[in-house]
Amino acid sequence: MDGLTQTRSGPRRTATGGRTPWEDIVLSNVLRIILVRVALGIGLLFIVSLVIFWATELLPGDLATQLLGQSATPETVAALRDQLGLNDPAPVRYWMWLSGAVTGDFGVSMANGRPIAEMIGARLGNTVFLALYAAALSVPISLVLGILAALWRNSVFDRMANAGALTAISFPEFFVAYILVLWLAQTGLFPSMVRINPTTDLGDRLYMTFLPALTLTLVVTAHMMRMTRAAIINLMASPYIEMARLKGLSPLRIVLRHALPNALAPIINVIALNLAYLITGVVVVEVVFVYPGLGQLMVDAVSNRDIAVVQAVALIFAAAYVSLNLIADVLSTITNPRLMHQR
Amino acid sequence: MNFALTVILGLVGLFALAALMRWGARHALTGQARAMAHDMPLTAAFGILVILIYTAVAIAAPALAPFPERDIVGTQFQAWSADHPLGTDRIGRDMLSRLIYGARNTVGIAFATTALAFVVGSILGLWAALVGGWLDQVLSRLVDALMAIPALIFSLLLLTIFGTSILSLILVIAAVDATRVFRLARAVAQGIVVMDYIEAAKLRGEGSWFLIRREILPNALAPLVAEFGLRFCFVFLAISSLSFLGLGIKPPTADWGSMVRDNATLITFGDVTPLLPAGCIALLTVAVNFVVDWQLHRASGLKEQ
Repeated sequence: MDGLTQTRSGPRRTATGGRTPWEDIVLSNVLRIILVRVALGIGLLFIVSLVIFWATELLPGDLATQLLGQSATPETVAALRDQLGLNDPAPVRYWMWLSGAVTGDFGVSMANGRPIAEMIGARLGNTVFLALYAAALSVPISLVLGILAALWRNSVFDRMANAGALTAISFPEFFVAYILVLWLAQTGLFPSMVRINPTTDLGDRLYMTFLPALTLTLVVTAHMMRMTRAAIINLMASPYIEMARLKGLSPLRIVLRHALPNALAPIINVIALNLAYLITGVVVVEVVFVYPGLGQLMVDAVSNRDIAVVQAVALIFAAAYVSLNLIADVLSTITNPRLMHQR
Repeated sequence: MNFALTVILGLVGLFALAALMRWGARHALTGQARAMAHDMPLTAAFGILVILIYTAVAIAAPALAPFPERDIVGTQFQAWSADHPLGTDRIGRDMLSRLIYGARNTVGIAFATTALAFVVGSILGLWAALVGGWLDQVLSRLVDALMAIPALIFSLLLLTIFGTSILSLILVIAAVDATRVFRLARAVAQGIVVMDYIEAAKLRGEGSWFLIRREILPNALAPLVAEFGLRFCFVFLAISSLSFLGLGIKPPTADWGSMVRDNATLITFGDVTPLLPAGCIALLTVAVNFVVDWQLHRASGLKEQ
């Protein structure tokens, strides 16, 4: 009882002597690892934002001249520079930009002067929806396929799955997308263009975004499947699995009860890496299916050289990428039996 | 469906040719090359054959193509015919000719980019591992920070700044990919620089450049070669994607990525022509991946057999 109250009262208490219950040691250890990792992640986000901000400094000319375009006179440029705070030194502007970005204010677009937050608004939700949709399809499929391939190693199924995965990895996203369009949209089963707006209900949304989600699923499933298979096969060579086999357990039970829990950490890493990969994948797929998401916005902004919008979207993508990796690290720490059941 | 059948027959034919080539290699070659041909799986033979064909087409493009790549030789979107075996594109250029020239432009640019990324990335990586200390720290932390931004997003950001010309495309992609090469080269070299023979060479008074070139590089070559193949695939796909997005190689230069985008409207009418350039990209990437897979398998000491 005493141990439990101690644990609740504060995991920061360090382990002292042999009397301390194991929960205390484990929590303090794991918590310390996690806290360090989170702090590192936040630090990394800061550096990433610095890199993205520094990009504007390389741009010839400045925001004011770009915004005013043809009608720029020295007076109007000076006035606008003053209004936008461009006369401040770079560190001050960085701070303004970052604190704005954190509260959702990304400044104005250089192409049309509209607030960027307004342009991003609904698109962010659409992109997240598409990525989650693809993740919901691909994670279960690739786990099952990967486990089966490891179970029936070197069988015809394994070889086919491997060759198929290697082929799918090698395909550009737009190739997969257009094959699906040719095959599924041509027959009128699914729409080849996504027309959704905030009022579209969930059923319609799932139906309309099926093809883009399926494209992303095919692209990431291959990776996830291969790595799940590799993680499990690696473990299958270890002595304790051999022991289980000699004990006469069924192969399925060995994989599910003995290999899988230990393979969780690498598998979680793989899933997170691929979800992070989805972030870049959406850019091309959104363009193919004319999907109103962030990727499309970014591509348009790059061709208009609208650096303010590009920066804002890049910051969002990079933040999502860094956080996914962070979550993966934390989760694989938590699922690591050696860390959780330390002696 | 007739078309799908042609594609399958073509692939089967390529595989048969690859098997024949492997059989020939096993009998004609001697020594180490023969041993290599012996444990070569059919997929790797297929990969090598495809790479050879692409190289030949890229080199002989002007002789093979019936029309110049930029000339408008017909009306728009003509169907497949004797004059234009694969029809014409959106403004009436011959598709087949553009496909053939694409082998030269797209693959050539991707190859140059990979080579550049490799030279810069591996030299810096080996150097960082050799010198260590603050140089290693500075370079590694810089690379870590740059790698925290997804490659495509970072390339898009850089392209916004430097504009979308072919030169800036090559430099931007090479810079982004050099960070990945750096990571690998440094990791590989770190295992080598602690060896006694490096110590001995240092005591002999050899300079950094000599150490990198004569002592470290030969021993780090195997993983680096496999990485080159993989990197080429990534670079090739990245350049194709950017061209597809209209931000990479632009018309009138024949390029597979932008050709897909240019003619994409045909797909909604059930025409497969725009898929051909995408198929060319996919086939080459698959081929390179097959060869790399085989090489990695060899390097890993046949662990999975």
